[in-house]
Amino acid sequence: MKFLPLIFANLFRKKIRLTLTLNSFAVALFLFAFLAVVKDAFNRGSDVAGADRLVVINRVSIINTIPLKYAAQIQRIPGVKFVTHNNWFGGIYQEEKNFFPQFVIDPENQRQVFPELVVSDGQWNKFLKNRQGAIVGARTAQRFGLKIGDRIPLKTAIWGAGSWEFNIDGIYHGKRAEDDETQLWFQWDYFEERVPERMKGQVGWYVVKLDSPDYAVNVAKTIDETFANSPYETKTETESAFAASWVKQFGNIQFLILTIGSVVFFTLLLVTGNTMAISVRERTSELAVLKAIGFSDLTVLFFVLAESLFIALIGGLWGLALAYGLIPFMGAALNGLLPNLVLPPSILGLGLGVALLIGAASGLLPGLGAMRLRVVNALRRV
Amino acid sequence: MVRVDGRGEGASLVRVRGLDKKYQRGSEEIHVLQGLNLDVEAGDFVAFMGPSGSGKTTLLNLLGGIDLPTAGTITVAGDEITHLSGSKLTAWRARHVGFIFQMYNLIPVLTAFQNVELPLLLTRLSKAERRRHVEIALSVVGLADRMHHYPRQLSGGQEQRVSIARAIVADPTFLLCDEPTGDLDRKSADEIMALVEELVNQYGKTVLMVTHDPLVAARAHTILHLDKGVLVEGVRAGQDVLAGGGA
Amino acid sequence: MAIPVIYNLRSIKARWTSAIVAVVGIAGTVGVFIAMLSLARGFRATLIASGSPGNALILRAGAPSEMMGGVTLDTVKVIQDEPGIARDDSGPLVTQEVVGIMPFPLISTGTDANVQVRGVSPNVLRIRRFVKIVQGQMFEPGLAQLVVGKNASTTYSGLTLGNTVTFGGGRWQVVGIFDAGGSAFDSEIWCDARILNQVLKRPDNIFQSLTVHLTSPEAFQQFKDAVVTDPRMNVDVTREVDYYAKQSTTLTKLITILGGIVAAIMAIGAVFGALNTMYSAVAERSREIATMRALGFSIGSVVLSFVFEALCIAFIGGALGCVAVLPLNGLTTGTMNWQTFSHLAFAFRITPGLLVAGMIFALVMGVAGGVPPALRAARAKISVALREL
Repeated sequence: MKFLPLIFANLFRKKIRLTLTLNSFAVALFLFAFLAVVKDAFNRGSDVAGADRLVVINRVSIINTIPLKYAAQIQRIPGVKFVTHNNWFGGIYQEEKNFFPQFVIDPENQRQVFPELVVSDGQWNKFLKNRQGAIVGARTAQRFGLKIGDRIPLKTAIWGAGSWEFNIDGIYHGKRAEDDETQLWFQWDYFEERVPERMKGQVGWYVVKLDSPDYAVNVAKTIDETFANSPYETKTETESAFAASWVKQFGNIQFLILTIGSVVFFTLLLVTGNTMAISVRERTSELAVLKAIGFSDLTVLFFVLAESLFIALIGGLWGLALAYGLIPFMGAALNGLLPNLVLPPSILGLGLGVALLIGAASGLLPGLGAMRLRVVNALRRV
Repeated sequence: MVRVDGRGEGASLVRVRGLDKKYQRGSEEIHVLQGLNLDVEAGDFVAFMGPSGSGKTTLLNLLGGIDLPTAGTITVAGDEITHLSGSKLTAWRARHVGFIFQMYNLIPVLTAFQNVELPLLLTRLSKAERRRHVEIALSVVGLADRMHHYPRQLSGGQEQRVSIARAIVADPTFLLCDEPTGDLDRKSADEIMALVEELVNQYGKTVLMVTHDPLVAARAHTILHLDKGVLVEGVRAGQDVLAGGGA
Repeated sequence: MAIPVIYNLRSIKARWTSAIVAVVGIAGTVGVFIAMLSLARGFRATLIASGSPGNALILRAGAPSEMMGGVTLDTVKVIQDEPGIARDDSGPLVTQEVVGIMPFPLISTGTDANVQVRGVSPNVLRIRRFVKIVQGQMFEPGLAQLVVGKNASTTYSGLTLGNTVTFGGGRWQVVGIFDAGGSAFDSEIWCDARILNQVLKRPDNIFQSLTVHLTSPEAFQQFKDAVVTDPRMNVDVTREVDYYAKQSTTLTKLITILGGIVAAIMAIGAVFGALNTMYSAVAERSREIATMRALGFSIGSVVLSFVFEALCIAFIGGALGCVAVLPLNGLTTGTMNWQTFSHLAFAFRITPGLLVAGMIFALVMGVAGGVPPALRAARAKISVALREL
C-alpha cells in the first residue's frame, strides 16, 4: 500500500518509545499465555478424561478400599467392555519432594482401558514376565534420568513399612500432549505378595471402559445398585465427572486467574492507549498539515489505527513467541506441582486476537481525536 | 485584474462575495471579516497586508477551504465551495489548493522526496508517475540533489523550497502562502520570493500571499490591505514603503 | 543546588493523564504481588495455626503424615505414662485420632469435595485449647454425633446445628459448631474416634496419630527422648507446629512460585509503562530542562529531579495498590490441600510486612523507570534543546 512508508516512518519516529510499547505488549501477551496455560493445567484432569470410562470408588470415602472380587460382577454388566483395577502406591523415591504418582495395575486390562498411554509391545512383554517389573512415564523418566534396565527403590508408609525395588522394563508415552506421562506402574501380583494380610484382596478403585459413552449413565447406576447395602458400597461416575469435581475443589483458583488477567489487560490498555495519545498529541500540527493538503478525516484515523494495530501485532507475536519458548522451562520449575504446561495453537490464536483487539481499542480514542482535529486550530503559528 | 468592489463580472478564477467571519474569543464575539469581496483572475499574484489580528490568515484559510465563513460565498474555478460538505471540501482542497506555510510544516520523519510526494498519494497515479512529478517539482525549486535528505539536514530556506515543491507537485489551481518568508533571513527570503515570482511568470501560477513584510509584498502584482473587515486596494509597493505603512 | 520540588509536583499535575497511567500500572503490579503472597501466607498461616507450641504429635516411625500412620492402643497406654505429659482431672492429656476424607457437597457448586473428618478422644478440647465450641455442645462419647468447624459449616451443605447427615453408612447428628481460631481445624468435622474407626472398617484399637499436651513447651525434648528410646514402640515425635508447617509446603510453594512469576512479569510491564511516561515527560519538557541548565542547575540536580518525580509517581502507585488490595484481607477462599487431599478453607493474610514489601517494590520500579530518562534529559546539549520548538 502506498501509505505504508508514511505509517512506518511515524512508527519509528521515537525508537525507544516504540521498543517500550512493543515490549509492553509482549509482556502482557506472555502473561496471558502463561495464565491460560496454568488454568489449563488445573483443568487438565477434566480435559483428558474419557467419556467412555467410568471410575468406581468406595462410597464412604475415597481412601477406603473395595474388594477385588467385585471385578467379575462388574464385567458381567451389559455395556462393559473392560474392567481394570488400581491401587495408589504413594511411595517415596529418594525424598518426599520427588513425588510422582505410582499405581499398582492390572496388566491384563491396563492397555485396553487406557489406550492413549502407549508402550511398545516388546517392552510390555518383558514387563509382564518380570514380577518386579515397572513401566515409567516418559516425563518422570526424563526428570530423574531413568532408563530401561534401571533398578529403583520406593519406600512405602501406607502398605506396611519397607522399601520395594522395581526394574524399569519400559517407558510409556501419551498420545496427546496433555496426557499424563508421570506415572509409574507395577504388577498387581507383586503387590499382593508383599502387602500385610489384612490388606490383601482390596482394590483402591476400578476403571471401567464402556462399549460406548451412551452406556455411561445406565452402567454407573447398575454398578452402584449391585453393591448397594453391601459392606463396601460403591460410587460410580464418568471419569470426566470425577476429574471435574476434583478440579472444582481447587475452588477459586480459576477466579483468581481471571481477575489477574483482567487487571493486567486493563493496565496494558491504559499504557498503550496513553502512548498512542501522546504520540498523536505530539504530531498535531503534522496531522493538520496532512489535512490541509487534502487527506480526509477518515484517512487520518486510519493512519493512527494502523500504527497501533501494527504495534499490537508485532508486540503480540513477540510475546507469544517468548511464551512458546519459555513456558516449557517454567513447567520444569513447577515440576511435580502441576501437570505439564502445554501451549496449544488455540491459545496462541486467541492471544493474537486479543492483542489486535487491544491495539484497535487503544488507537481508537486518539484516532478519533486526530480525525476530529480542526485544521484551523492546529496549524501552528508563531 | 483584481477587484475588491464585488462588481467583477468576467472570468474570475476566484470570486468572493459578501464574506463574513465571526468567532468567539472568551466572552467577546469578534467580527473579523465583514462583507468582504474579491475577484482574482488566473495568473494573478496578490499580496494581502494588514495589522496583526486583522484577519489576513483567516481570509486565506477561508479561501483554502480549511475554514467556513459565517456568511457569503467563495467560488473557485466555477465551484462554490462555501456549501461543500466536509469530505467534499477536503477532496476539493486536495485537487485545487497548494499551501505554503510560514513554518514549512514538513514531516520530519519523511525525506524531502516523500514529503513532496504526499499530495500525490491522494491521486490515482502509479508509483512511477508520482516519482516523475516529484522529481520535476524538486528540480523546479532547485533541490533535485537533496531528494533523500531529511528536513533536519536542510537549512531553513531549503525546507521552505521543499514545502513549495510539495505545494505545486499536484498542479493545484492556486497557491496560498501564509508569511512564506517569515522565518527566513533576508537572503533566503529573497531566494524564495524569486522562486515564487518564477512560478507566476514562467509557469502561470495564481498566487495569493499574506505577508507583513513590505519588501516581500512589493514582489506581488497587487497589494491589498485588510482594513475593518474588508479589502482595500493598496497603493503601489514603492509608495507603501515610503509611507511606512502596511507593517 | 537542587531543583525545587514544587516544579516536579506541578509538572506531574500538568501531565496528569500520563502520570495516572504510570500510577495505575504500578498500583496493579503491587496489588497483584501482595495478593498472591498474602494468599500463600494465608494458606500457610492457617495450617501453622493448627499447631500449638505446647503440643507434640506422635506418628508411626516413617509415616509422612497422619493419614499414613498407625499407632496401637498399647502404644497409647505407654505414652500416657511418659514424663512431660500434662495431666488434669480427666487424666493424661492425650488424644488418639483417626482421620478420613469423606465427600460432602459444596454449597458453592453442588459438587462433592473431600472433607477431613477427624475422629478424636472426647477430651480433645483440653489438648487443643484454642478450639472453642461456639454453638451447641461437644459430642457425647460413643454416639454418632458431630461437631463441625465454623468454616466447614459454611462451606458444605447440611452441616448446620441440629441437622442429621448421612455418611459412612450411618446417620450422624450435628450437635455443635466450633471455632478453631482460623486454623485448618475450622475446615474439619470432628467425631468420636472409635465410631469413625468402625465406619472406616479399620481395626478397633489402631489409631493414626496421637496428639499430646505437654506440661510446657520446653518439656518437648525430654518427652521426645524418652519416647524415641523406649523399645516398646517405634514412633516419631514432632512438635505439632512443625508438623503442620510441613503439611503446607506443597501448595504454599506452588502459590508462591506462580505468584512470583506473575508479579515479576507484571513488574516488567509496569516498568515499561513508567519508562514510557517518563521518557515522554522528558521529551516534552526538554526546553524547560535546558533552560534550567542554562540557569545553572547541574546535571546531577536534573537527574535527581526526574528520579524524584518518578518516585513520587511510584509511591502513589504503590500506596494505591496497597489500599486497593486491603479489602481482600481476611477474605476466605478454599482449595484442596494436595498433601491431605482434603478441602481447606483459608483466608488472605496481608501483613504489615507484605505492605512494606509492596511499597519497596513500587519504589524500585519507580527508580527503574525514572533513571534512564533522567540521564537522557541531563545529557542533552543545552543549546540544541533551547532551540527546539
